[in-house]
Formats: sequence, C-alpha cells, structure tokens
Amino acid sequence: MTYSLAGRMHTRIVLFAVIGGIWTALIAPILPTRLPLGRSYEMSFTVLGLIIVLGLLWELLYHLLQQYRWDKDWPTAFSLLAGVPEGTLIWLLLGTDTWFWDVPVTARGYWLLFVSIWLVVWVALSGPIRVLLVRRRWRGGKLFG
Amino acid sequence: MGRPGGQTFTGAGRPSHYRDHTMTDAGPSVVRAGDLTPELVDTDIWSEQLLFDAGIPILEAPLISVGGGIGSFVLVDHLRICGVRTESLRVLTPLSTPWESFAYLTRVSQVPIGARLRSDSSACPDNIWGFPSYALREAVGADTVRGFLAPLWQVLTEPLLAEHYTPRVGQVLDWMARESRRIRYPEMVATGQVRMVRRRAAGGYFTILTTPEWNTAAARRIAFRSTYVHLAVGYAGLKFLPDIATYRESTRNSSRVVNAYEPHEHVYDQLRSRPGTVLVRGSGIVASRILHRLIDERNTHGLQTRVVHIFGSYVSGPHGPRFMRRGGGDGFAYQAFDDPKAVWGGQLRDRARRTEGAERAAFYDSLGATSTPYRRNWQIQLATARAEGWYSTVIGEVDALEAGSDDLITARIQSGDSVLASFVIDCAGLESDIGEQRILADLLQHTGAGRNPLGRLDVEPSFEVRGTRSGRGRLYASGAATHGSYLPGVDTFLGLQIAAQEIADDLAAEGFCPRLNLFRSAREWFRWATNRVL
Repeated sequence: MTYSLAGRMHTRIVLFAVIGGIWTALIAPILPTRLPLGRSYEMSFTVLGLIIVLGLLWELLYHLLQQYRWDKDWPTAFSLLAGVPEGTLIWLLLGTDTWFWDVPVTARGYWLLFVSIWLVVWVALSGPIRVLLVRRRWRGGKLFG
Repeated sequence: MGRPGGQTFTGAGRPSHYRDHTMTDAGPSVVRAGDLTPELVDTDIWSEQLLFDAGIPILEAPLISVGGGIGSFVLVDHLRICGVRTESLRVLTPLSTPWESFAYLTRVSQVPIGARLRSDSSACPDNIWGFPSYALREAVGADTVRGFLAPLWQVLTEPLLAEHYTPRVGQVLDWMARESRRIRYPEMVATGQVRMVRRRAAGGYFTILTTPEWNTAAARRIAFRSTYVHLAVGYAGLKFLPDIATYRESTRNSSRVVNAYEPHEHVYDQLRSRPGTVLVRGSGIVASRILHRLIDERNTHGLQTRVVHIFGSYVSGPHGPRFMRRGGGDGFAYQAFDDPKAVWGGQLRDRARRTEGAERAAFYDSLGATSTPYRRNWQIQLATARAEGWYSTVIGEVDALEAGSDDLITARIQSGDSVLASFVIDCAGLESDIGEQRILADLLQHTGAGRNPLGRLDVEPSFEVRGTRSGRGRLYASGAATHGSYLPGVDTFLGLQIAAQEIADDLAAEGFCPRLNLFRSAREWFRWATNRVL
C-alpha cells in the first residue's frame, strides 16, 4: 500500500473502528477474560480504542520511516509486523495503574483479542476492502476529501 | 490484417448514392464514396451539412473510445461496470483484440508469454478492484502445495525478503480475454483507422474512421457523432537515436542495427551460426531483458557471444538525496516498477497533483530516469558474465556508427574509444513526439489541444484534454500521449485504470452514467467473481 499521511489517519480511525468494531463486538462475549459480559465488552472496546488513539501517533512514526523508502510505499509485511510493538505497548499500558481505567485483563484474553483484531483488519485491508472502496488505493488510503 | 471479430459497418441506413457499383472484367467493383474534402480538413468545427456535402455517412454513439488497446479496454470495462450499455459505447480501432499491441511489444522485447512482467500483483487490467490480485489467483489456480504457497509468500514478504511478485504475460492476457467476453467488448468495436476528431458546431465531436480496405460495403470514411470522446492511442512511435537513424539511412540496412521493440529474432539466429559481439545500449528493463536473452542463448547453445554494454550515464551505487534515494549499481538504477510505487496513489501522486509548469517537469525529473528491477537471476547472470570476461561496459555517448568490413560495425564513442560489433541493439526506448501521431497532431492543430510541461497532451486531473471542450461534449485522453500529466505513470496498467476511474467519475458527474458507489461496487465485484456476462 502507498499511504499518504491523511490516508493513514483515515484508515486508522474509520476502518479500524468499523472493521475492528464489528469484530470486537462479535468476539468479546467468548474471550477468556473471566469477566462478566459488560466488563468484557468494556475491556475489549478499551483495547480497540487504544489501538486507534495510540495508532494515530504510531502512524506519524510510520510515515516518517516511509520517507526513507524510494517507492514511498508501505510493504504489507510492515503493516502486519507493526502489531508487535503496538500490541506490546498497549499491554504494558494496561498493566500500569496510572491510567484512568481499571480493567482487569488476562494475558490470554488480551492477546487473543489484540491479535485477532489486528489480523482481521490486516486481511481486510490487504485486498477485500478494495471491493467496497474502489478509489481508496489510488488516494493514499484516504476515504474522503 | 485479418478480419477482426468486431462489428463492422455495412453502411446500412445510408443513402444509396454513397456506393457506386461498376462492372469490370474481373467482376463488380465498388468505388467507395465519401471522403474527406479540403474544406473539411481546413475547418476546425464541423456541421452535419459539411459531412453530408462530402458524402460521409454519420453514425451515432454517446461515447467513442479511440485506440482500442488496453487504455480503451479499461475505460470501457469501467463504464460497463458502472452500468453503461454496449449500445452507448464504440471503440474505434485497427486492432483485433485490446491486447494485440501489448502482446506484440512484449514478445519482440523479449518477454515471452510465460515470462513475468514488471507489474504489480494488484495491477489488473481485467479487474478494476485489483482483488483478487494476480498472486492470489495464481495461488488458487496452483496444482501443488508449493505452487499455492509460493506466490502468497512472495506478496507477503515483498520487497523485503523476496522480490516483488509480478504476473506472467499469459496470465494477464487470459484474464483480459475473460473480461472482454464478460463485458461483451467485441460488440462495441468498429474496425478501422481513426483519422481525426473535430468539434461539432452544435456540441460534441465528430470522429472520422477510415474503414478497412476489405470492407468494400462500407463508405471509405464514417463520421461518428458523439458527446464524449476518449483517446488512448498508445505510443506515438519508435524514435531512433540520431546515430542509429544516420547509420540505417546511409547503409540502407536495418538488420544489424535494431531497436529492441522491432522484431529482431534474426540477431539471435545469426549468433547461433556465427559468433559475434553485440552492442547493447540503454540501461532500462528492456536492456535487462535483451541481456537476459543473449545470456540464455549463450548458455543454452554454447555460443561465444560477447556483449559490450554502453551506458550513457552509469549508476555506480545508491543515488539521490536522503529522502529521494534510489538503489543502483553496475551501471543500473534499480526500481521495482516503471515509477516509484507511490505515484499511483500515494504521497507522490498527491505531490504531482499540486505541480504546474516547470515545477511539474522538475518533479518528474526527481522521480529519476531509466531504471530496471533488481532481479536475483539477472544479477547472477551478469556477475558470471563479468567474471568470465565476455560482458564489458563502456561509459559514454555514441558519436557515430560506421559500417566496416565483414559485416562489422564500428561505434565511435565520445571519449575517443571505439567498439567493434556485429550487432547493435538499441534499448534506449526513445519515443516520437506526439506531433508524429496523426490524430494527436490534428488535435493540436484544429481542436484546441495543447502540450503539457513535458511536451505531451495537456489534460486536466479528470483527464479531459484542456482547450477542447465543445458544448456539453468532453474529450478525454489517457495513456502514453498524456505522459507529464498530474498522474505520473499514466502509460502503465495502473495508470490507465486510474485514468479510467477519473474519467468515469467525471462522466458520472455529467450524468452519463451512475457513479460507482459502495453498493454497486460490491454487486459488480460479485458479478465479476462469478463471471456473469454484463
């Protein structure tokens, strides 16, 4: 994919929210979180929210790194592997007590959720999304404007 | 040329005086009436009366696409997917299939049907969505587990652990043939050579088609009246380097000094029967293909061919400023595709879109000149050739080619060196000026078209040709003729598809067709996937 910065932001906000949101809503009830359903949803959507909000900062870094590439592209493997640092950062943040939420997460519950969201969004963005958004790939990932 | 499968015009509906049957000794002969008059040629804007006076019949179609190559094909494909009926579209072309020129050029420039192109997996002229990509289709169609996994692994790890996945020529052609049947492309084709496009006094355009000689039933010229015209006429033609042109003119021999885009199998044939030295000029993908063929020939047939490669500019390593740095080495600049990938829809496309005039030319310059992809097998071949001493490089421009004794050619280099060779293969890839192309020359002279900062046809971001509007009518152009536009890489699969998309959106805004929205796109993709005929 050849992202522009605006395209990265659109993708991170809208597509992660929509595709990730649908997936999260489906998977939250069956996650091994040892929490009541409401709390499980709360934890799951907190994680998705963090993927999006922190992701906006990550995207700035990725865009900077992209400038070192002659093709100004972002290989699909980069999009996949970005999940490693991003997932780790959120896991570490959830483990601190300095944040305003108080969501007890299990490692299994968290990683199953994060990895599955990441893979579902990555697979969708790697091809099928073009069926619905036929102009997106030619606009650096932008959805409007 | 054989009789193409497309629609031909029998002259139905025309007054009978357009045809004049006379009896000769050999049987009936048909004098084909209806030709251009000096008045028509000299008049910029035409009326129906003018054509009637000249005896040229008029046919009607809302949109005409001139060219009939892949540029026409992808636009027509797009419009058919948007819901435009076949009756509303006419493709005027001398080609029997949209891929005829492409297949010919790839074949002579040493990309056999089974070889891989220099094209991205998701650049699919048969599929506007680029999904499933060619890699995915190759995987699904594979007979073995390895055949299934290899293309998928390659697209997953490209260009980091593996080279970019690229489709095979045959694969691209087969899928285009499938899509051609699906959208009923042949039904929209009118065979012949387009001579000119002129504005119509009451709005829209007249496109003059010269019908083929074999079609004696049709008038010699037919005028197509349309609101919209699309030009995708391809490359204006080969242009030879000055020293090559001089050599060929003075010796009247074009068999030993050839352009890589000319048929030149005789070079390889003769090298099999008699060893020789080949001078290769140019440092792009075509030079790489030619070298590959020469080396394969040498290896397969145990030949003693020697290769001297002349570089006008020699790239010794990575080059360019920090944020526009391109790989290179051994004379070549390395780049996966014709342009940096982001020109087809990333930040480089955005930047190009914001440039005008000299700034545009400078931007194109910054994208770098000729390049070739870094392919491991080519690297190994050339490294072996260098080590064994039968491949050498010379840096400099050729001043002159001189015919010598024993069929040898002497190339005089500016530095004072000279090289003796049996054959010269020019891979510099020079293209003629658009003024050499008859339709475009006419457009520049009579229809108000102008040139862009790179000297080609000047188009809007919507690919409408600037200065040619005619009432409600719109004239669009895409492909090589518009190189230098707001979209670099226009003469590639993706470039043509992006242009088609922009034109279709502009036409949708004009009310010609529905805009391809999310729902229509999904439904049409499903129809594509199930190969439903439109």
